[in-house]
Amino acid sequence: MQNDFAHEVANQRQTDPDLAVSARELTKRFGRFTAVDGISFDVRRGEIFGFLGANGAGKTTAIRMFCGLLPPTAGEAQVAGYDVRTQPRMIKQTIGYMSQKFSLYEDLTVAQNIEFYGGIYGLTRPQIEHKTGLLLDELNLRDRRDTLTQSLPLGWKQRLALSVSLLHDPSIIFLDEPTGGVDPISRRNFWRIIYEIADSGKTVFVTTHYMDEAEYCGRLSIMYQGRIIEIGTPGGLKEKYGLDTMQDIFVHLVGGDTRKEAKQ
Amino acid sequence: MRRRLMAIIRKEFIHIFRDWRTLLIIILMPILMIVLYGYAITLDMRNIVFGVIDDARTPDSRALVDAFAENGFFRTLPRDVRRNEMESLFMRRDVHMVLVIPEDFSADLTQNRSAVVQLIIDASDSNVGTFVGNYAEQVLGIYNQRMNHAVPALFEIAPRIFYNPDMNSTNFFVPGLVALILMLISALLTSIAITREKETGTMEQILVSPVHAREIVLGKVLPYVLLGLVNAALILLSAWILFDVPVRGSLALLGLLSLVYVFVALSFGLMISTVARTQLIAMFGTLMATILPTIMLSGFIFPIASMPELLRWIANVLPATYFLIIIRAIMLKGVGSAELWPQALILSGIGTLLLTAATRRFRMRLE
Repeated sequence: MQNDFAHEVANQRQTDPDLAVSARELTKRFGRFTAVDGISFDVRRGEIFGFLGANGAGKTTAIRMFCGLLPPTAGEAQVAGYDVRTQPRMIKQTIGYMSQKFSLYEDLTVAQNIEFYGGIYGLTRPQIEHKTGLLLDELNLRDRRDTLTQSLPLGWKQRLALSVSLLHDPSIIFLDEPTGGVDPISRRNFWRIIYEIADSGKTVFVTTHYMDEAEYCGRLSIMYQGRIIEIGTPGGLKEKYGLDTMQDIFVHLVGGDTRKEAKQ
Repeated sequence: MRRRLMAIIRKEFIHIFRDWRTLLIIILMPILMIVLYGYAITLDMRNIVFGVIDDARTPDSRALVDAFAENGFFRTLPRDVRRNEMESLFMRRDVHMVLVIPEDFSADLTQNRSAVVQLIIDASDSNVGTFVGNYAEQVLGIYNQRMNHAVPALFEIAPRIFYNPDMNSTNFFVPGLVALILMLISALLTSIAITREKETGTMEQILVSPVHAREIVLGKVLPYVLLGLVNAALILLSAWILFDVPVRGSLALLGLLSLVYVFVALSFGLMISTVARTQLIAMFGTLMATILPTIMLSGFIFPIASMPELLRWIANVLPATYFLIIIRAIMLKGVGSAELWPQALILSGIGTLLLTAATRRFRMRLE
């Protein structure tokens, strides 16, 4: 089944302008350990594409290769039509990225964080001022403008981090486990924003190990030990396996041994 | 380029000023260090206690003892020393030297025979031993001339001591301390600056942006150059106020070359931060890589010329080696840029090399 799917994508043209992300036999090895093992898939523009997998399945390593943070060991990948190997800078200007670790400056105020990240993407001062105003209104943080980021609740920090990663208006946004450690209500709110982002025409590439989040994705791939073992829409996969939830599908595919690693 | 660089510089300044406790430490630590080390490290000997066994007990013998005691270097043990207690006095370090004047001292003098006095010196610290011996010989020489003006000496050496006429070792050490402290503090500042961001994860967020390595590196160094200069000014001011170390040359030249030196040290710290994974490793590495070589090999205490060849090679690539020459020359000798340009050039070269290496090592990718 994995081979069928690999053939299918391999036959498509790689420079399709409709493709946001495309990977062909993309591989990353650290010494003798293979973190990502020949993954191939395409993501169309405007999709919400999910990477589902247990911790250590290779999701973060894959996403880092797409963001130009890690050079691949073998295989190819294009992001927004740019090659990850040769054009990482073009990719970086085009994409947004939010890591699983909260990565705003805790000792900077909300406004200072926005100003800094706007600045390193080359935004002008008036552009930054304008964006800051919009963003604070959107997040309802206007009166927290000069609060230190460390004093915000985690849910807000993550929404702020997401907004900051969108400052330069990227066409593709990579979210690496964006909702880790956040309560279910904040998570649902977060996903509402993800839908808004996708509605505005941006591609959302999201990794998660939450099964309920997998249900929200337009299409998703299940990663296990560095390989993509299944790919499709949540509805399509349920039909294919005759199962009711993503949880059941995941357990069916990966087996009971990793059950405890994948959270409800 | 300029916008991204400015964003990093501005952010770095916010970090520096937000954390005023660290800022205070950065500013006070160098002053504290120069006070502590400045008073502790000295090779000058004062108040060397010596015992006297005077078997002659004549006006001549007392004049000899007075000749020793009449300046600040020697002080007599305020009682007579018995022969059998001499060893225990040395062992308890009560005296550094014992002067034994024989019974027939005066008789020899009056009969124009050569009088012999004995000096027993504790040389367990060879520096002290040499110093005591040399100085005692000089005192004896003066005394000899005083008693014996009839016979002129065959020839006389008349030394004239330049640049540090009192041979005050503070004047030698304090400029060295300035070099040591500036190197240590500056390198520490930048070595933490990047590893901190690696640890908190913000570095990853910067790396996915289109920022160039050179923008990150410059953006990190430039704010700290200012801090380093403030440090340099405070240390020099302390040296001048507390230790009376003169600045005979141009203050502007000293400032300019200190700036170059601070830049070298900051680049070195940055180099370390591109290798170290955690702030702790970065700090420890910086301490090891700056303090030891600077103290031992830069000419801070030990002259480079007398080192084995291998160590001399190492000394030749240490930034402190060149800055020591510069700072001692400007402060003590009043030397100007006409004589110091080779050292200034080498320092700038080392700085540029380190900064380039740091930029290269600083990988835009996380691997």
